[in-house]
Amino acid sequence: MNIHEYQAKELLRAEGVPIPPGEVATTPEQVEAIAKKIGGMVVVKAQVHTGGRGKAGGVKLAKTPAEAKEIASKILGMKINGLTVYTVLVTAAADIASEAYVGIILDRATKKPVFMVSPAGGIDIEEVAAKTPEKILKLPIDTRYGLQPYQASELGFFLFDDVKKVRAAAKIMGQLYQAFMKNDASLAEINPLVVTPAGEVLALDAKISVDDNALDRHADLAALRDETAEAHSEVEARNANLTFIKLEGNVGCVVNGAGLAMATMDLVKYYGGEPANFLDIGGSSNPEKVVNALRIITEDPSVKVILFNIFGGITRTDDVANGIVTATKANPLKIPIVIRLTGTNEEIAMKILQENGFSASSDMDEAVEKAVALAKGGKAA
Amino acid sequence: MSIFIDRNTTLIVQGITGRDGSFHTKQMMEYGTRVVGGVTPGKGGQKFENEVPVFNTVYQAVEQTGANTSVIYVPPMYAADAIMEAADAGIKFIVAITEGVPVLDMTRVYPFVKEKGARLLGPNCPGLITPGESKVGIIPGRICTPGNIGVVSRSGTLTYEVVYQLTRAGMGQSTCVGIGGDPINGTNFIDCLAAFEADPNTKAIAMMGEIGGTDEQDAATFIKEHMTKPVVGFIAGQTAPPGRRMGHAGAIISGSSGTAAEKIEAFKAAGMGVAKRPIDFVELLRARM
Repeated sequence: MNIHEYQAKELLRAEGVPIPPGEVATTPEQVEAIAKKIGGMVVVKAQVHTGGRGKAGGVKLAKTPAEAKEIASKILGMKINGLTVYTVLVTAAADIASEAYVGIILDRATKKPVFMVSPAGGIDIEEVAAKTPEKILKLPIDTRYGLQPYQASELGFFLFDDVKKVRAAAKIMGQLYQAFMKNDASLAEINPLVVTPAGEVLALDAKISVDDNALDRHADLAALRDETAEAHSEVEARNANLTFIKLEGNVGCVVNGAGLAMATMDLVKYYGGEPANFLDIGGSSNPEKVVNALRIITEDPSVKVILFNIFGGITRTDDVANGIVTATKANPLKIPIVIRLTGTNEEIAMKILQENGFSASSDMDEAVEKAVALAKGGKAA
Repeated sequence: MSIFIDRNTTLIVQGITGRDGSFHTKQMMEYGTRVVGGVTPGKGGQKFENEVPVFNTVYQAVEQTGANTSVIYVPPMYAADAIMEAADAGIKFIVAITEGVPVLDMTRVYPFVKEKGARLLGPNCPGLITPGESKVGIIPGRICTPGNIGVVSRSGTLTYEVVYQLTRAGMGQSTCVGIGGDPINGTNFIDCLAAFEADPNTKAIAMMGEIGGTDEQDAATFIKEHMTKPVVGFIAGQTAPPGRRMGHAGAIISGSSGTAAEKIEAFKAAGMGVAKRPIDFVELLRARM
């Protein structure tokens, strides 16, 4: 789960990371008041879950509170990469002498959190990694022992020569690591970490992603989820315990298991169709999940056909069949449905479906081909 | 022959009295797995299905039964502890089925298990099965049939799909292993490929990968350099959009790395057969055996 910049900054501030003062606002008037309170130059920053905010015009400097208000009226409501800006962060502007990058990511290869630091901050770190890898230091941390002082200092010396700045940076490394561990993050970064002309080391921007698996033990973090930043159907799906991702096509897919769901989407494409979504109903066999899945998919007007692909293991196919019958009795389908079921209790499932006027196949390729043909408006093969 | 488990595997079930644990223990027993004990703290002294002794700790279970393998069905917030307990008690093969284990927990567990000289499979995996001999986990036994194709996969139901297609085509399996979809797991493709290469009963390998990470590319390099047996590969998520998490924590494309195209290229460069659809495994494997 991604959280906003202002939320990430709060988590870092709690660990003592030096960050210029700032507050969030949802109206231009609030922005003006905050700018007045801060005094001097401020930066107005769009709070959306996407990169490239600056390039899109979502981050602007203001010399006066009146200018801040004027800028905010343009940023609030604008769309950046398809996401509407509802909130801005107003923060004191800092003079910048140099910019560095500091981040921690969970690395699959070393199976550890890895520090990545670079004196070439402020820009896309992936680009730095690709073009000038010697400007990045990577340091894996054994979480059983945590970040050791000598490691923090090694990271600091990679960024600065001046011992005072090295010490300040090393302290920030420790604070960032604390925030990463405490909040079960999968990513925590400060970009840029700046040095002011006066020699102060400050975090100007921050990003934290929290491990979804850990949200059960962080009620405070789970509450930070911003549902306005997600598609409505995806929010609804999550509340129904489904994993759903909206795509551009017209074949609505309902599958159990992420791997099979992706393979089903791929097969739709293989036969010349376009999947309308990724939807994993998961391992449990609750008919209610199927009812919710059908409702969410049929809400999308671009869906021309519904394709079920269920391989029963833990999931009982008769539960899925019952879910289909219940859902379509309550809300009769206006579009065709193609069902593929095999595995646990397959015979019972087929009988339930037949008795209620549905046909089903046990072959994945056959079902997908048929669904693609129907989506194209043709007759089933 | 087979890899990791066979008819001599003696298994304890951690979380044997829970909803999932009890259901799958019955299934494993029906399949013929030698379930010698279970662990649920506070229920020591009971018998599961009037047959299997339940213990309070893994240490007691190992001491009393001599089990060499453990399977874990405990809830996600307790899974890390359960894995460490098994490794500390001397279990040498630990299979963690639990889905949703916090990833940072695994950063502590993995080195601990390694230092104890144990192998971990999972978490968030369907387990494994050596058809006709033993199954540990949740793979449905009736879709498998004994034979000489090794199957290794990152996903659950996609594994079932491929195994089902192979069985329908009369192609049996030596062992089917689901390594799980989490970013940090105990056993990877290379571990399984090396074991299959060393197993005299495995003649060819079916490998199902996914978008995200570089495990498949690393596996392809290993295949090129170390494997004599034919390997056919498949990548799920060819149509997945970048930057979105597709259910598995692992199945996320970040930037330009971890795409299906990149992985398929690596497979081709390693001389592997590449299945475009699950059904393609049948012909591609047959042509190479």
